[in-house]
Parts: sequence; C-alpha cells; structure tokens
Amino acid sequence: MKIAEDLSRVEETEKGDDLPNIVINETYCKGCGICIDFCPTDVLEMRGNLVAVKNLEACTKCQLCDLRCPDFAIQVF
Amino acid sequence: METAATPKKTKKAKQTPFDYSKYIRGGKLPHIWCPGCGHGIVLKSLLRAIDTTGRSNNDFALVSGIGCSSRTPGYVDFNTLHTLHGRALAYATGLKMAKPNLKVIVTTGDGDALAIGGNHFIHTCRRNIDMVIMVYNNYIYGMTSGQFSPTTAQGMIATTSRYGNIESPFDVCKMAEASGATFVARGTAYHYGELEKILYEAIMHKGTAVIDIIDSCPTYYGRFNKFKTPSEMMEKIEKEGTIPLKQAAGLPPEKLQGKLIRGIIYKKERPEYTSEYAKLVEKAGGKSK
Ligand SMILES: Cc1ncc(C[n+]2csc(CCOP(=O)(O)OP(=O)(O)O)c2C)c(N)n1
Ligand code: SF4
Ligand code: SF4
Ligand code: SF4
Repeated sequence: MKIAEDLSRVEETEKGDDLPNIVINETYCKGCGICIDFCPTDVLEMRGNLVAVKNLEACTKCQLCDLRCPDFAIQVF
Repeated sequence: METAATPKKTKKAKQTPFDYSKYIRGGKLPHIWCPGCGHGIVLKSLLRAIDTTGRSNNDFALVSGIGCSSRTPGYVDFNTLHTLHGRALAYATGLKMAKPNLKVIVTTGDGDALAIGGNHFIHTCRRNIDMVIMVYNNYIYGMTSGQFSPTTAQGMIATTSRYGNIESPFDVCKMAEASGATFVARGTAYHYGELEKILYEAIMHKGTAVIDIIDSCPTYYGRFNKFKTPSEMMEKIEKEGTIPLKQAAGLPPEKLQGKLIRGIIYKKERPEYTSEYAKLVEKAGGKSK
C-alpha cells in the first residue's frame, strides 16, 4: 500500500477492520470532483479545494473513485 | 450506474488497491495536467495493462511528440522519448528498427498524431510496424489553449472556431484501418476497465495497433462548449456518446446516430515490418538483430 512518497501529507481514515480505509493524498488531489460525482453511495464531498470523506459507513469499497481519479490521489482498501 | 450500491452491512473482502508506484518515476507526481483532465485516467489504465503482461519496465519504451498527452512518458519509469510535435511516430519507428525487441508504445494527441503528424500516422499504419499508438482524443489542442483539431466535430467551439467549427472530423479508427493498421480499437477514459483490456490486447498484438481513446479537456473543450464539470463531460461524451461493439451490432443505423463504437473494431494478422526487415537483411547476407 503505497500512494505517496511523502506520507506525512496523506490524510488517512483508519477506523479499524470493519470500516473501509479511504486514503486521500492532499498533495496530489486537484479537487476535480470526479470521484465525488461517480461514487455510487455518496461517500465523498468537497471541502475547500480538496476531496474529503463525508460518510465512511456508506462506502462499499467499489474503488470507482480510485479508478477514475486522474491524479493518483485516492485509494480505498 | 454500473456498480450497484451494496448494503453497508455486507462487508466486502479487503481489496488491495493497485500499486502504481513501481511504474512512476520518483518525485514526478503530482503531474502537470489540469484538474479533471482525462489524460491521468488513461495513463492509469495503461499502467494496469502493462502490469498484466508481467514484463519488466525495461521491455517497454514510451514515445511521444508534443502536447499535454505527450507529457505522459515524463512520469513513467520505462525507456522514454519525448520528441518533436507530430514526429513521435518517426522517432518510434527509428527506435523500433534499432531495438526490435522493445515494445514501443506511442502516447500522442489528436493534434500531434493527426494534424501535424498525419502523414507519419498513415504510413506507420501502412507498414504495420509493431507498436501501440494511443491517440488521446480530446477533440482539441489542449497545450496551446484550445484550437480545433482534425477530430473536432462540426459546430463545436474552439479558440479558432468561435462561431462553431465548419470542418468535418476524421474518424480515427476508419483512418487507421484504411491505412493498414492490423489492430484498431476505441476506448474511453470513462470506461477505464474496458480501456485497460483493450490496451493489454494491443500490447500483445504484433503489428501496428491504434487505439482511439475518447478523453476530455475540461479546461478548453469543456469550458468553450459549456460542460459544467469534468464528470459531466465524461458522462455526456464518453458514456452517452459511445456504444459497445456487441450492442451496436443489433441496432438499426438511426439508433447509432451520434454514437461512436467502442471495443476492438478490427484485428488482422499481416507481415510485420521489423520481421520483414530482418528477413531481408538475412537474404542480403547480413546479420539481423
Ligand atoms: C512544430 C510545432 N508546431 C506547433 C507547436 C505548438 N503545439 C504544441 S502542442 C500542440 C497541439 C497539441 O494538441 P494535441 O496533440 O491534441 O494534444 P493535447 O495537448 O490536446 O493533449 C501544438 C500545436 C509545436 N510545439 N511545434
Ligand atoms: S478524482 Fe482525484 S483529484 Fe479529483 S477530487 Fe477526487 S481525489 Fe481529488
Ligand atoms: S470505494 Fe466506491 S463507495 Fe467507497 S468512496 Fe470510492 S466510489 Fe465511493
Ligand atoms: S489543457 Fe486540456 S488537455 Fe491539457 S492538461 Fe489541461 S485539461 Fe488536459
């Protein structure tokens, strides 16, 4: 699991085994909104110019956000 | 919506996300592309396709011309060549002739490949030299701020067509097939998984493989043509504007109006240029590579 070289700038939502982990690299994210618009369960939202997690429980780990992110900026596991 | 929302109680098995880091040059990210530019999605599909081949990074060479799409090789840890505008295929041909064992992949734009580089495009296809030509088709010259390109549809707005484009666009796939390419396909950035499979097949093919990749430039094409967001562009142009080959086969022409066909459109075996050249060298008494 490697997304950034500079891990200190990564916001990690680590909530134990039951919930998904959504990792957003704030240095890479350009706030294009693609991940938000294509998330089937409305997990993500825009905060300022960057994407943020709004409703972690609803995440199904479908990884659509990762696969359509043009910026290598979001991963879910 | 292609993925149904599963109820949150049914916990899905942990799925490891794809690790792109072994293909990215250290310190090169974030990339230069604008927010929502489709080029990054295309690059990720390519990296996953390359990973499926199981071959080492050194077996590949990425070659490009000039344009936003042509920035691709700068970010990846393969053999790479960033050359002149329109001349990617000329360099790629030279490279392939000198190192026939390399898998050459050309990342080029609709302007780079089909306007200034149009002549190289048709003759590369005609020779059927073994390489993958990925046309990042965003219908515009992104890098130089949005002039129309040979694929811009009639009526669309660009910096050089403020009242609507009056030229007819090329169909990249028809042009490739007519010119002699032996693998012709179309994918989109929106259909990232399908694109990954097409790219894998293209890499495995021996001969010229052309993939028309419908992609988006929100900064110019999107803004000029009143698309509100990058995702709206992807939805309207890439999702609603295309139809899979299988589905299209059963439909009357009026249902296909305004839709581009996706998938592997044409595939054929035909003698490949570097192999023929090696045979020729042998025939003339020389030593082939
Ligand atoms: C010989 C030459 N002519 C013109 C240019 C200016 N130029 C740079 S990129 C480009 C077009 C890029 O468009 P495209 O290939 O579609 O790529 P995109 O930026 O849209 O990805 C042009 C005309 C140049 N660099 N060199
Ligand atoms: S798709 Fe990627 S770059 Fe765009 S907002 Fe989401 S995480 Fe950020
Ligand atoms: S993995 Fe799927 S459900 Fe979870 S945030 Fe990403 S797109 Fe939404
Ligand atoms: S100008 Fe267009 S093609 Fe170039 S990086 Fe920006 S969105 Fe992409």
